[in-house]
Amino acid sequence: MRLDRELACQEVVELVTAYLDHALSPADRERFEEHLVFCDGCSTYLDQMRETIAATGRVQLEALPPGLEARLLEAFRGWRTA
Amino acid sequence: MEEQLLSREDTRLVEGLRAGDEAAFKELMRLYGPAMLRVARMYVSSRAVAEDVVQDAWVGVLRGIGRFEGRSSLKTWLFRIVANTAKTRGMREARSIPFSALAGEDEAAVDPDRFLGADERFPGHWAVPPEGRVLAAEALDVIERAIERLPPAQRTVITLRDIQGLSAEEVRNALDLTETNQRVLLHRARSKVRSALEEYMR
Repeated sequence: MRLDRELACQEVVELVTAYLDHALSPADRERFEEHLVFCDGCSTYLDQMRETIAATGRVQLEALPPGLEARLLEAFRGWRTA
Repeated sequence: MEEQLLSREDTRLVEGLRAGDEAAFKELMRLYGPAMLRVARMYVSSRAVAEDVVQDAWVGVLRGIGRFEGRSSLKTWLFRIVANTAKTRGMREARSIPFSALAGEDEAAVDPDRFLGADERFPGHWAVPPEGRVLAAEALDVIERAIERLPPAQRTVITLRDIQGLSAEEVRNALDLTETNQRVLLHRARSKVRSALEEYMR
């Protein structure tokens, strides 16, 4: 057993991205997960971050302006015949 | 170790481009062009200059496609080219801002007032815990507006990671970021988007 010190919620919220990217050390990952078991607030927070990421994935970036698309196509055609 | 990283999809597009297939070019331009424009905006001052950068970058892509060896994914390569083109242009404009200065150092993911203070029994634990879900279909424009308000580097990283679906490593390679910087920028960006959604759902 390590558990030298329990994580505070304020620290947990700063580790969420590292946790989701599997970038925490095994010991930190374990502490993070132990904290979640007993903390509804942080479990909810993690769920909300997952929902946020999933929803952001549905955002459609605005298409290129037609003028720029036309210029790019022109550059492509020029390159092809060069 | 030299690994061939190209997916079947990338291989098809690369071969199409090399063969001068306009459909392949259009597909690539529509897949990655919008995010490339966003990357360019990170380094240069105006939208018009960013559009020029994107055009120059594509000219570079066409010139380089014959020598592209697939040591990175196709999209990493595309974003690298636009980032480098934009950096060069930004320097000429003398407006280039170093990435570290864009990171936004000491921002907390969650308003510190929502945690118990040092004199409480459980300092740093939730005083006002988050509740419920943050989602609704109509929240998409809340997300878009939150992303627009982000500092440019955060906006670019969340765009590439969460909208365009690049991995952490692909973003680091495309933008020349350290592992820590990439993560901090993404974390700040996501935290603010979550917070905007929470606000909206309340």
